[in-house]
Amino acid sequence: MYQGKAFCYGDNVDTDVIIPARYLNAPSAEELAKHCMEDIDTEFVKEVTPGDIMVGGENFGCGSSREHAPIAIRASGISCVIAASFARIFYRNAINIGFPILECAEAAKSIKKGDRVSVDADKGVIKNLTTGEEFQATPFPAFINRIIENGGLLPYLVAKQKGGAAK
Amino acid sequence: MGMTMTQKILAAHAGLPSVKAGDLIEARLDIVLGNDVTTPVAVDVFDKAGFTSVFDKDKIAIVLDHYTPCKDIKSAELCATARSFAKRFDITHFYDVGAVGIEHALLPEKGIVGPGDLIIGADSHTCTYGALGAFSTGVGSTDMAAGMATGENWFKVPAAIKVVLKGKLQPFVSGKDVILHLIGRIGVDGALYKSLEFVGEGVKALTMDDRFAIANMAIEAGAKNGIFPVDEQTMAYVTGRFTRPVHVFEADEDAVYESEVVIDLDTLQPTVSLPHLPSNTKTVDEVKGLPIDQVVIGSCTNGRIGDLRAAAAILKGKKVAKGVRCIVIPATEAIYLQSIKEGLTEIFIEAGCAVSTPTCGPCLGGHMGCMAAGERAVATTNRNFVGRMGHVKSEVILASPAVAAASAVCGAVASPYDMEV
Repeated sequence: MYQGKAFCYGDNVDTDVIIPARYLNAPSAEELAKHCMEDIDTEFVKEVTPGDIMVGGENFGCGSSREHAPIAIRASGISCVIAASFARIFYRNAINIGFPILECAEAAKSIKKGDRVSVDADKGVIKNLTTGEEFQATPFPAFINRIIENGGLLPYLVAKQKGGAAK
Repeated sequence: MGMTMTQKILAAHAGLPSVKAGDLIEARLDIVLGNDVTTPVAVDVFDKAGFTSVFDKDKIAIVLDHYTPCKDIKSAELCATARSFAKRFDITHFYDVGAVGIEHALLPEKGIVGPGDLIIGADSHTCTYGALGAFSTGVGSTDMAAGMATGENWFKVPAAIKVVLKGKLQPFVSGKDVILHLIGRIGVDGALYKSLEFVGEGVKALTMDDRFAIANMAIEAGAKNGIFPVDEQTMAYVTGRFTRPVHVFEADEDAVYESEVVIDLDTLQPTVSLPHLPSNTKTVDEVKGLPIDQVVIGSCTNGRIGDLRAAAAILKGKKVAKGVRCIVIPATEAIYLQSIKEGLTEIFIEAGCAVSTPTCGPCLGGHMGCMAAGERAVATTNRNFVGRMGHVKSEVILASPAVAAASAVCGAVASPYDMEV
């Protein structure tokens, strides 16, 4: 369960604004997090607190393949991202590093900046505690759930090699 | 039910008789690629997971192209991490300064990738190799690490959009104009999770450099991959470079496509993408005269010899406009050398261009041409997002090499048709 205030952005939030390329030589996730979203929202890093939730429109995370994007969002304190749709590499990267993302067009449209939101990632249930609305995210296929349950792609592969991943 | 070209390649690599859109499969990888930005993250993940060997040292490519020659100490540290990993596992296809080229120009040129391959690369423009009739797609660093360790990865079989090319491009119109036009029509998420399969009689008149530029920017429409059929030109290109067996896949006659887009090459105009999305397209005639501060000719999209020839044809005997910086970056050392031999480099330097060693540099606002607030560039690169080439208040207009060269001479967005050549 995650709970926090919402930071809302529009369609086509690209990886260059999530973490600009000029910081891709940063040595750590914490360093990346200091610059997360700064090209479209200079207040984000000042206002974000652990557990907060990011909300985007269509095609969230489009552009570069940089895994630094979900890494920077997670290190900033954001607990999960809700979007109407995700660009495919961002989608893979988030799942592969075990960072929760939820696809839900209705929630993405309805949630406003500053709303208190709770997310049950296992069930895909999103609640807007400010308005009382409840939403159901698109469920992940079973195979992807296995990766998520193992904490990401590499832990999944290691468990699979040891014969323990097929939950 | 018939399969698309992409689906056939995926089925073959998954050891399955057939696959359909939406299937989740585990498939064998022919090549796993990373660069100086993504490899260090992959190395970290690889080591933390406890892997101690790679699946095949001949099937991994590590190309230090983004911030090289290293722009600062942090970049040097990243390169050192990647270099040490390549040494640890004796990676065959490791390219460092002096031998390096921009990865997506370099891998085809060196014959590391070829028709029928399944390639993943920790760089979004890995989709470039679809020009060779391969399935290739961009992934993140964790996928790269998993690929290097196991030689396999998971894929969701994509649905496809059929892009039918008709006719023949007019002079000064190139593959770049085709792909910008397509992205303008379908949008930056118009092909999200899907394949763009290019077919039709118009394909045969496209040069390999045109095809590389088109496949390269498939990701800019959200696509998983872009792919071209293998024809005589493809075979002529790979002969003498690619030494593994060539596997030619063709779409079934009854392959299922989700939708179809027809592009008439005969009437296609030079096209540009205005800030801040590649889908924000106009014909160059609609926006010419917009003043600029910088021109960049290069990148994994347009740094090949055909691109340099197109730019040189316009810059020959002319000067870059006062107040404009024009940066030309051949994509590989071989292209650089060819450009010197053909006299193109001389044309660029005499015109007042800066000619650089191969690097991704300015395309991602890394180095070698970052812009200040309020500045505007015409660039043959692939993204014009907010802050892409430097300051958050700078702007990038995407264009072909011919439009970029004409704009450099005029000091404003210009049409190659208005130039005396």
